[in-house]
Amino acid sequence: MHGLIFEKDPNLLVGIETCDDAGIYRLTDQIALIQTLDFFTPIVNDPYDFGRIAAANSFSDVYAMGGKPLTAMNIVCFPIKDMDKAILRSVIEGGLEIIHKAKAIMIGGHSVEDPELKYGLSVTGTVHPQKFLTNAGARPGDLLILTKPLGTGILATALKANKLDEKVIIEITELMAALNKDAAEVMVDVGVHACTDITGFGLLGHSLEMAKASKVGLRIYTEKVPVIPAAITFASMGMVPAGSFANQKFCSHHLDIDPSIDPIILDIISDAQTSGGLLISVSEKQASFLIQKLQERKTPSAHIIGEVLKEPMGAIQVR
Amino acid sequence: MSDIVDARGLSCPQPVLMTLDEIKKVNKGEIVVMVDTDTSKENVSRAAKTQGWQVFDIQPEGEGYRITIRKD
Repeated sequence: MHGLIFEKDPNLLVGIETCDDAGIYRLTDQIALIQTLDFFTPIVNDPYDFGRIAAANSFSDVYAMGGKPLTAMNIVCFPIKDMDKAILRSVIEGGLEIIHKAKAIMIGGHSVEDPELKYGLSVTGTVHPQKFLTNAGARPGDLLILTKPLGTGILATALKANKLDEKVIIEITELMAALNKDAAEVMVDVGVHACTDITGFGLLGHSLEMAKASKVGLRIYTEKVPVIPAAITFASMGMVPAGSFANQKFCSHHLDIDPSIDPIILDIISDAQTSGGLLISVSEKQASFLIQKLQERKTPSAHIIGEVLKEPMGAIQVR
Repeated sequence: MSDIVDARGLSCPQPVLMTLDEIKKVNKGEIVVMVDTDTSKENVSRAAKTQGWQVFDIQPEGEGYRITIRKD
């Protein structure tokens, strides 16, 4: 986006420059809009499940900002001449299930003919204009909490290679189709300093963005990071997607990695996630209370995975 | 004479699957795998190691790499 000129507006509270994936626009002193959209090609074989996953992923930015979703619109690309329309119906039904779970309403959408199926949502939510969260509020002394286990990028590659058994397919499907709604509501109730959702840049990439935006350093303890066990097996087997290697390379100048760390673990923490969990920066005092509340609200994988440091600013220590 | 797997132009997991197929077919000896991305180079090397093969040599070739794997 370098070289493009964007309009300035005093009501634009979060725009394109902070690397958050959604924007926030103040309507009144009490209400601001959060707007976001996301769509992609199928990541699992079942169309209904694909719809659920794409929809859950699209809501994620609203939750990461501490907002409540209000409305959703379908974005559809579909090869209408070559594919059974029942598939599209199933995708949209899956999406609708998640929209209902998010307590949002579907208000329309747009479809175009395209050689490859793609689906997602444009989501609008609301948040108090002084209470939204971004990746820029982490403070030295905070602890970092991750709410979903990592490994969906590697396992989606293994699925593409037809190497996954049914049990793991169900496990990753349910993980990716799970909304970050409960985690976000708990986080807002307890009160936290910063949040971002883990998607395409992986835990490392999104942590680095948080470190830069918050002008702090982050230390991640790899043995504490929740991981889907099968992801380790398939990373060793050579099922690491290109995006995950690219994330590692992109972050490499800002990383201080303990030499004893297994390269497979680095693949996992840089693995590009679909509909990943929230990475939350919370005061040390509130951290265990937040974990307890998250576990009460169907977020069993939530773990303290690291801490926020004053230095090295804009960098990550991997331990 | 080594078996050659040409996985250039293919994206993951295809090069890994082709390598695994070849490993299964020849059982032991030497296989040369041609790939054209860093991702494929890493993944093919790992796939070979987990099957008990040694990554004997990796040479840049053209736009990609020539990976030689061996098992006695």
